[in-house]
Amino acid sequence: MHTDDRSAMRAKFAPPTETPRHASMSRRSLLATAALLITTSGAAAKVVTKVLPWRPNEVYPVTPVTPGGWLFFTAEEAAVVDAIVDRLIPADELGPGAKESGVTTFIDRQLTGPYGGHDWLYMQGPFATNPLPTQGLQSPLTPRQQYRQGLAALAAYCKANYNGRGFADLSGDEKDKLLAGMEKGDVKFDGFSSRMLFNAVHGNTMEGFFADPIYGGNKDMAGWKLIGFPGVRYDFRDVIDNPNKPYTLPPVSMQGQPAWGVR
Amino acid sequence: MARRLPRKDVAIVGLGWTGSIMALELCRSGLDVVAIERGPWRDTATDFNIGTAPDELRYAVRHDIFLRTRQETLTMRNNSSQTALPIRRWGSFLPGNGVGGAGSHWNGQTWRFLPDDFRLRSKMIERYGEKIMPEGHQIQDWPMSYDELEPFYDKFEHVLGISGKAGNIKGQTQAGGNPFEGWRERDYPTPPMKQGYSQELFTKAAAGMGLHPFPRPSANLSSAYTNPYGCSMAPCTYCGFCERFGCSNYSKSSPQTCVLPALVREPNFEARTECEVTKVKLSGDGKMATGVIYVDANGEEWEQPADLVLLCAYGLFNVRLMLLSGIGKPYDPQSGEGVVGRNYAYQTGSGATAFFDNVNFNPFAAAGSLGVALDDYNSDNFDHGPHGFVGGASITNAYTNGRPIMYRPTPRGTPTWGSAWKKAVRETYQRVTNVGAQGSVMSYRANYLDLDPTYKDQLGRPLMRMTFDYQPNEIKMANWMAERCEEIAKAMGAKTTQINRLNTPWNVVPYQSTHNTGGTVTGSDPKTSVLNRYLQSWDVSNVFVMGASTFPQNAGYNPTGTVGALTYWALDAIQKKYLKSPGALVQQ
Repeated sequence: MHTDDRSAMRAKFAPPTETPRHASMSRRSLLATAALLITTSGAAAKVVTKVLPWRPNEVYPVTPVTPGGWLFFTAEEAAVVDAIVDRLIPADELGPGAKESGVTTFIDRQLTGPYGGHDWLYMQGPFATNPLPTQGLQSPLTPRQQYRQGLAALAAYCKANYNGRGFADLSGDEKDKLLAGMEKGDVKFDGFSSRMLFNAVHGNTMEGFFADPIYGGNKDMAGWKLIGFPGVRYDFRDVIDNPNKPYTLPPVSMQGQPAWGVR
Repeated sequence: MARRLPRKDVAIVGLGWTGSIMALELCRSGLDVVAIERGPWRDTATDFNIGTAPDELRYAVRHDIFLRTRQETLTMRNNSSQTALPIRRWGSFLPGNGVGGAGSHWNGQTWRFLPDDFRLRSKMIERYGEKIMPEGHQIQDWPMSYDELEPFYDKFEHVLGISGKAGNIKGQTQAGGNPFEGWRERDYPTPPMKQGYSQELFTKAAAGMGLHPFPRPSANLSSAYTNPYGCSMAPCTYCGFCERFGCSNYSKSSPQTCVLPALVREPNFEARTECEVTKVKLSGDGKMATGVIYVDANGEEWEQPADLVLLCAYGLFNVRLMLLSGIGKPYDPQSGEGVVGRNYAYQTGSGATAFFDNVNFNPFAAAGSLGVALDDYNSDNFDHGPHGFVGGASITNAYTNGRPIMYRPTPRGTPTWGSAWKKAVRETYQRVTNVGAQGSVMSYRANYLDLDPTYKDQLGRPLMRMTFDYQPNEIKMANWMAERCEEIAKAMGAKTTQINRLNTPWNVVPYQSTHNTGGTVTGSDPKTSVLNRYLQSWDVSNVFVMGASTFPQNAGYNPTGTVGALTYWALDAIQKKYLKSPGALVQQ
């Protein structure tokens, strides 16, 4: 994500008091002011000639997600998402689940960024009502719209079918049965595809549980520990030299190991 | 109205592998060269920094360094009776963007096509008769031979520093290499990569079956290397962040590591980034290009006059630029006439998944080109007579990565969530491997590229429309290959195996291959090709087109080695023939 994209989206959804972090370090805005050269002929192009066009440390890092509060979800929505992700990847004897690992925070922050608005995607119409299955994404709904409308449709469905209870109030078995019906598309919400909501939450849950913890999910690298992925060590020559041996070192994320302290 | 800039000798559209090589060599020939690139400048130290590069979500999932479909995409359908719709999110293939292009984010598997691949049509008919040719095919021989291209394959491999083991040096078979490969003048510049435990099992099993496994040629370098341009590279660390990523280690051959450091020192070179070429401008009679039109970062339009125009964008976008510029006659699938957009082809993917007990495959210790391959079932290396299909596949056991958002296989039938899924994902990660077949796709009358009648890009130009599906020949071939893969997987000692047949119809959602070929094919006959044998437009002699869009049909290999060889081949013709006497290099 570009930090400036993220900052802009964050500003749109954040409480008015929050100041975007690292907004002044946006690489793209630096480029726009410092490196937008005017050629001798007057064309506004970024021109590279004779030297490489960068200065030290000009990289644009991801802004680490700080857990706490919601930038997109309402408290009610967040509670339902928490309840769904807790069933998709439950805490059990194999370790923490999605809820404990911050996946809801991950999704909330992703939705405030360019992903949440499909900002990078071709979103011009006309949108076909009956696309071929081979033609992929054809919905005009952005992820933010899918969550907002889908969670409202789920709430209405639960209210109507479970004696006024919300999703978070259902028993574990009831939740699993409902989610399985949404996955198959058998459950019919009023005015929204239950399968679209399931796919959005399921896809984002897997992303959050296995993405670098810098994005707010995969807390303490729980997802990586589950399967034995060592993270971003970036050098496995020792592993290649020792075939078929168990890997024993703990994982490392882009921000290092937790033991290295909070930065 | 576009404002006109001072003329340059050469205008290059796109600054990836082919554009950067052309720019460097033509600068050294004394020409003034401008490269116009629609994406940003990208460099190792800044954009592929080790603190930010190993980020699966950002690069592999959200596609941060790829072309954004908002800027340009294609529409697609499986056949011409359907309505094409835009590819809104990349899936089946991933076009690059920015300086370096797809050469920044590729895996690095750097093959030569086989001598037979260049005369496929003649070879098949000689050996099997016309009856083996598939219905509706437009397979044609290449207009140059393997022998002619060999010095240029060699040149490209030495610029990249490719790690591999020769199988055939000047006709002498070399132990440990690929015995089916075409002759090569000398061995690879660097030794092959190390392999993992799974590849040990594969090598042993395949050799035991009488097959001929070898370490596949890799642009992830096994050792430090300095190329003929003076650019230095470092050994690969098997980090497992190659495809979809830039390399932080200077270990993956790319324009950034192999060409640009030399290119930017050329005083007569200039790159203009974040400038999108919208068309090649033609003279009044349409017979010569006068330059290119582009739109800059502020949305202003400019005309860059140039004597020579080289289309070096990703193959698909070269085809679109030809269509938008009106160079060459567009292909009409009804009449079969016209050439631009004709013979679009792709690749097949099939194979077998193998599940073991009590092993530690450590899939994360990987590289984009790590792997052991065999060519016994590729091209015409085996008797096609009993099978009734044309084409073949390279079969490989490899780990390109173990990145867990996208790589966490489970046996078919495993639930997709809940505790049972969690258990399966944990138990499977270390003990699963894959034997895969990357297969050729022939060219057919029904598979083609043209301009979409409905959907436009953000500048209001029609998107290109892709009409493609796998034909019966490819389905038969790929499924036969899947069976061969499963045999090998079983011989490796797998406890269970799962066969992966070709998914049909072609679907744009799951990633398959960024090996899109054809649309501006090279050939001997202007009625069935866009470019002559030097990749020069038959119609506009000061336009040359690089890239895999020049392939008459696709082979069972990754295309970049052949794209690079063709670039040096065309360059040689430009330097030795065209610059001395500009004009058509092949008379019609």
